[in-house]
Amino acid sequence: MSQYLLLLLSTALVNNVVLVKFLGLCPFMGISKKVDTAISMGLATTFVMTMASASCWMLEHWLLAPLGIEYLRILVYILVIAAVVQFTEMVVRKTNPSLYQVLGIYLPLITTNCAVLGIPLLTTQEHLPFVAGLLYGFGSAVGFSLVLALFAGLRERLALAQVPSVFVGAPVGFITASLLALAFMGFAGLVSH
Amino acid sequence: MLIAVFSLTTLGLVLGLLLGYASRRLAVEGNALVEEIQAILPGSQCGQCGFPGCAGAAQALADGNAPITLCPPGGREVVSALSAKLGIEVNLADVAETMPMTAEVREELCIGCTRCYKVCPTDAIMGAAKHIHAVFREACTACGKCVEACPTEALALHPAPITLQSWYWHKPEERMAA
Repeated sequence: MSQYLLLLLSTALVNNVVLVKFLGLCPFMGISKKVDTAISMGLATTFVMTMASASCWMLEHWLLAPLGIEYLRILVYILVIAAVVQFTEMVVRKTNPSLYQVLGIYLPLITTNCAVLGIPLLTTQEHLPFVAGLLYGFGSAVGFSLVLALFAGLRERLALAQVPSVFVGAPVGFITASLLALAFMGFAGLVSH
Repeated sequence: MLIAVFSLTTLGLVLGLLLGYASRRLAVEGNALVEEIQAILPGSQCGQCGFPGCAGAAQALADGNAPITLCPPGGREVVSALSAKLGIEVNLADVAETMPMTAEVREELCIGCTRCYKVCPTDAIMGAAKHIHAVFREACTACGKCVEACPTEALALHPAPITLQSWYWHKPEERMAA
């Protein structure tokens, strides 16, 4: 049990997908202007990333490995992720129209989030068993959502701050992101052996 | 090699069938009219109509909150398709002109009543009471509100004059195939 907890902590904070592995930077910079949208995007990504981890694990162990066609991994993963995103969109649209309104255009955008592809690839690389792989995906997604929400909050404050005119907008956003990444490096000492 | 081709094809087929089935099964009975209108609109999501994308414009059209001439890139074709769909008559001759227009004041008719000045949404008309008005061409979007407001018909939309800033090299003329 503590092993799973450690895995969650490690993926969400210590090896944060955005600030330590530098995956999924596009939505990190793109959809972090407002906290509300950032949280919705985080929720949608969490769901898709967990689903993608699970389905990619199954494909890897039940299709790719037995047939010896591991070189098709990236292709198959992308196919499955796109299908999962499409399916998620349909289900959300049917079951929860208000959530669909909130997530809106963000759901299809997740297909192009490299973190969603990167996490299943990393899971495969580390030869994790199913539950651990699922938690790895979920933890990474939680880390992504956390960082996205934090950064959106920072940027909402930045919008009101007096910034030197050269740095207004994206530059100060990048600087803030780098400071946030520095702060997250502090989590590296969180778990001592 | 063959295994790879076969398995990838099968995977694609299975996923495609699943998604197709799911889209039938999970279809949302939305407003059918909105979807039909959205199919008519160009779908380029340019936002020139003032709505967030063609879906928003289609919704507004279905609710009757927007004129069917709202789509500048769609031109005459879209307007005629929309008027057929929604049963709204529109003078297509007004729509046909696709070149940029601006409003212009005919000074000999202008009485300086400031009515056009008040309705202009972009503050493109300058002037004061009992002074002849003039139009800032750069700010005019040719919405036509001043034309309707003018009591002396001094305002009219004209093709925007070509200046050094707005001139561009013309496309090569299309030759009709024989």
